[in-house]
Amino acid sequence: MSAPLESPAPLEIRGAALRRGDRELWSGLDLTVQSGELVAVLGPSGSGKTTLLRAILGLERLSSGSIEALGEKVRGRGSRRIGYIAQQRPLPRDTSLRGRDLVALGVNGHRFGLPLARRADYAKVDALIDAVGAREFANRPVGLLSGGEQQRLRVGQALADDPRLLLCDEPLTSLDLANQQAVTRLIDRHRRETDAAVLLVTHDINPVLGEVDRILYIANGRFTLGKPDDVLTSRVLTDLYGTPVTVLRAGDRLVVVGAPDAEASHHHHEEAHE
Amino acid sequence: MNWPDVSDALFGGLADYGEILALVSNSVIAGAVLGLVGGLVGVFVMQRDMAFAVHGISELSFAGAAFALLVGFDVVTGSIVGSLIAAAIIGVLGAKARDRNSIIGVLMPFGLGLGILFLSLYDGRSANRFSLLTGQIVSVQTGQLGWLIAISAFVLIGMLLIWRPLRFDSLDPQSAAARGVPTTAVSLIFMLLLGLIVAVSVHIIGALLVMALLVTPAAAAMRIATGPIAVPVLAAVFGFVSAVCGILLAIAGTLPVSPYITTISFLIYVVCRVVGARRARVTVSA
Repeated sequence: MSAPLESPAPLEIRGAALRRGDRELWSGLDLTVQSGELVAVLGPSGSGKTTLLRAILGLERLSSGSIEALGEKVRGRGSRRIGYIAQQRPLPRDTSLRGRDLVALGVNGHRFGLPLARRADYAKVDALIDAVGAREFANRPVGLLSGGEQQRLRVGQALADDPRLLLCDEPLTSLDLANQQAVTRLIDRHRRETDAAVLLVTHDINPVLGEVDRILYIANGRFTLGKPDDVLTSRVLTDLYGTPVTVLRAGDRLVVVGAPDAEASHHHHEEAHE
Repeated sequence: MNWPDVSDALFGGLADYGEILALVSNSVIAGAVLGLVGGLVGVFVMQRDMAFAVHGISELSFAGAAFALLVGFDVVTGSIVGSLIAAAIIGVLGAKARDRNSIIGVLMPFGLGLGILFLSLYDGRSANRFSLLTGQIVSVQTGQLGWLIAISAFVLIGMLLIWRPLRFDSLDPQSAAARGVPTTAVSLIFMLLLGLIVAVSVHIIGALLVMALLVTPAAAAMRIATGPIAVPVLAAVFGFVSAVCGILLAIAGTLPVSPYITTISFLIYVVCRVVGARRARVTVSA
């Protein structure tokens, strides 16, 4: 899995544009994420954050521009070399999966052919379970696990092939503070240990503020890219939204006030988000 | 109706049980294979929330079989053609759950109506007419039984070959797509396999009762197990027991096979539900 020494950046997006129906989500997007870098994607719902991740995975077609992930042009649909952590959706109580099975889907879920157990798979699943600290609840039905426990298992699933590019779609939503920190630590540790690039979509920057290198803020089909201190200011966001926005600091937390978020534009943006 | 009649209906064949069993041994084998495969397929029917689709496919399968009966064509082929058409329509147009349910809701009465039309136009033996709706495996000819067994075996092999990607797509579709599982193709293949096994079930327990072998055993298994091996194995065992015991009990008397199969599979479900509920209570209080 080792990349050549002078490998290109894990993620390179050039001149990307994406339309949904007759609406342009964004255009002219250039973004390069270097190895070991964590870039957070912020913006109101419906601004195309999830769609951007899906485009990188090849599940969504760009209307123009190009994406290169891990040195290859994105062509096919989905990739096992890219880790993907989906938004935490509570699994139904009666889901017929134990904790370790959710992780195992990442190891062998893609494989066609007779579903024969392989010892190597078993060992790999065990290692992933240990890596995300899920040993305690790995054999319990996932439907009975807490959101935080389920999300840790999802991280384990995403790390199955030791990805050098990790895409996270709202990985911390609906988790309590302790679990937000735990999941953030897992993502951050993978990044530090393997020098992986991480692109993380979130609506709340605070849980990852300490780890973020740069922020891509998308709003109104426009965007700003830069270091947190440069992007998260009243002036920059006011300019981006085209309406007065204030960024407040409360201790080590940031609060964005006045951004025309979900309320104003939620209705006609909802479909685009899903 | 008095007791001797009931007794005769239930146990009238007991004196010649050995002979009858020898005559229907192929039916028992067909029932056994269908029970096993139906249980396995049922696990995915449950996970993909497609019980209603099973019902929809079975009505079109019935229409196909009724049409074949009317025009003097092979009934098994007719049911398969009907099934596959329904499965393909539902698979292609109904990728989303809500679309799927509305499409099935539209298809189902249409199929059932067509089937009833064909049956009323048909003037052959009347016993054949309703066996398609309520099933009568012992009246299926030996040549056709061979076909039913072969189709079930084909479905079994197909299921095993797509087992893991299908499971991934059923349980965690977003991650499956992200990890490069060809989710559309896998779903369509599953629909076609489902169509085939539904067509087989129509002949064995009837279009109206297909769910007793394609939904109930898996639903029962999921009440008491969660593991990736435990659930399908239990579902297959439950399906096998329902089908085989149903046939073995039915040939002791003169009653049709289907009520036996549906009752056994229902009782298994009730027991699993009680066991599952008790276990859940213990887990919560522990």
